[in-house]
Amino acid sequence: MEVIIIGILLGGTYALMAMGLQLQYGVARIMNLANGEVLIAGAFSTFWFFTGTQLSPFWALIVVVPAAFVVNWLIYKILLLPLVKRAKSQGQLEVESILATFGISFIFIGVLLAVFGGDYLSYSYLAEAYVIFGEKYGLNRITAFIAAAVLCIAFYIWLIRTRAGLTLRAVAVNPAAAGFVSINVTNASAFAFALGGSVTASGGMLLSMFLTFDASLGVIFTLKALIIVIMGGVSDIRGTIVAAFVLGMTETAVAVLIDPGLTLAASYILFLIILVVRPEGLFGRRTA
Amino acid sequence: MSEKEKRTLGIACVLIVLAALLPIVDQGYWLSIGVSIAMYTVLATSWALFSGPTNLISLASAAFFGVGMYVVAGGIDLMPYWILVLLAGLAGAILAALVGIATLRIAGVYFVIFTLGMAELVRQIVVWGQATLGTQAGLYVLTDFTEELIFWLLLGLAAIVFFIGWWVGRSRLGFALRIIGNDEMVAIHSGINTARAKVMLFVISSTFAAITGALVAPRWSYVEPTIAFSPFISFQVVIMALLGGVHRLWGPLVGVIPFTLLWEVINSNFPTQTTLLLGISFLLIVYFIPHGFVGLIEDMAARRKPGHG
Repeated sequence: MEVIIIGILLGGTYALMAMGLQLQYGVARIMNLANGEVLIAGAFSTFWFFTGTQLSPFWALIVVVPAAFVVNWLIYKILLLPLVKRAKSQGQLEVESILATFGISFIFIGVLLAVFGGDYLSYSYLAEAYVIFGEKYGLNRITAFIAAAVLCIAFYIWLIRTRAGLTLRAVAVNPAAAGFVSINVTNASAFAFALGGSVTASGGMLLSMFLTFDASLGVIFTLKALIIVIMGGVSDIRGTIVAAFVLGMTETAVAVLIDPGLTLAASYILFLIILVVRPEGLFGRRTA
Repeated sequence: MSEKEKRTLGIACVLIVLAALLPIVDQGYWLSIGVSIAMYTVLATSWALFSGPTNLISLASAAFFGVGMYVVAGGIDLMPYWILVLLAGLAGAILAALVGIATLRIAGVYFVIFTLGMAELVRQIVVWGQATLGTQAGLYVLTDFTEELIFWLLLGLAAIVFFIGWWVGRSRLGFALRIIGNDEMVAIHSGINTARAKVMLFVISSTFAAITGALVAPRWSYVEPTIAFSPFISFQVVIMALLGGVHRLWGPLVGVIPFTLLWEVINSNFPTQTTLLLGISFLLIVYFIPHGFVGLIEDMAARRKPGHG
């Protein structure tokens, strides 16, 4: 029971973080290996904001979300768009964007190290116990989960109900065809990439409420987000949410029952199972 | 063997002999740089053996390197060193085969993602294993190896990598991989077992990375999970190979030498900014010299020819 609840609480934040990556990969077609670093940057900024102002970490969203949007938009426009333009095929773009974002991730780490130093950071916010079914859980985890759920639902409704959301979904399905119905694919991609960065960074803000983090942790979150997106099926947001909970629970189970140091191994085992059994993802459609 | 190949082979032998004379010239600073260059030459060349023709970027060099190192560190009190080197190669090969069989049968992106966190995964498992067995995290590899000996061993390994690379390039396997790299669909339709070819080459490439780790272990003398599986190793290997150029066997070497020297300068002058500078230099390479130095040289040569002819 404890495992399930902690897993669900963790899965909520994972869902938010993976949605950010999904926007970047699904719509902008960029496999962003620097995604985890954006998340960590969000967490660091929240830490800095919280310790500096003593306001609730939620106020940090006002800074983190627009900042992440601008930074990611610039990254797309300046660094990735030239690659999109010079790529002769989807495969070549994939290789080049993987290399470029891999390099960007190291630049992020370098900047974070220079600004915040290499220490492990955490702060104490709502670190009280809250009882569910006779077991105690951190109130910060519960708050983070509720916030993640609200953001996820808001985002989902936005994606389904608004014209802008429809545009992004159209580009995700087929960029060439989206161009035919007078969608500016370049701008939509840049917007999706920037928005994805914002969503991920807000996930980082929530994670910082209950997790200890340091500058080098990004790659692990990139990997988790990638595994969630693949497990869920790249084109399906429902799949991402389900997969995020599966990952959250698996990790918690391994951490509680075996050893907290093996959570990455747990993610990898899930990843392997998915690759062997259902490479198109839980909700993905089988192609070719 | 054609005339041209004989000449290339001759030049290669002369270069290797010249490189082997380095310890006579200097025993200190330059020898230690020579060891780094030899180490990264093996890592980058064997990386390019697989990633060059297939366009599949492996970010897992550090995982295999670290495995090799840990095989030596864990067994140094139990077995002779030479057996451990072989075991390290074997461990690398088995690990690569498992990863390859799981990921290389399907689209390439999954392989890249898998390798992204692999060094960290192996590190976690090693740390966990050590904690469960109750051994210390840091291990000592104490041998009476001199730096010259390590340099010669790595140089010998580099020679073997070049030989294997040359041999693969001529073999059916190398031919198959070039077709796969150009167009996988064509390869499948010509009856090539693409997955098997990719797995085989990945195994060859990773075995060398593991053996490199095993050979470097005595030089480090103290092995710890965070340094043995450092993501910087994977990152530097990719940078160096790309800087040189991955479509020629000798390409990575052209990248390894200048980058190792540049890295020395960065490390001694800006020790706190290394990650940032590494990231920036990597981006510059990806954007401005996507085909590496070799690509630049060949472009220039191609441009000059019509002008004179």
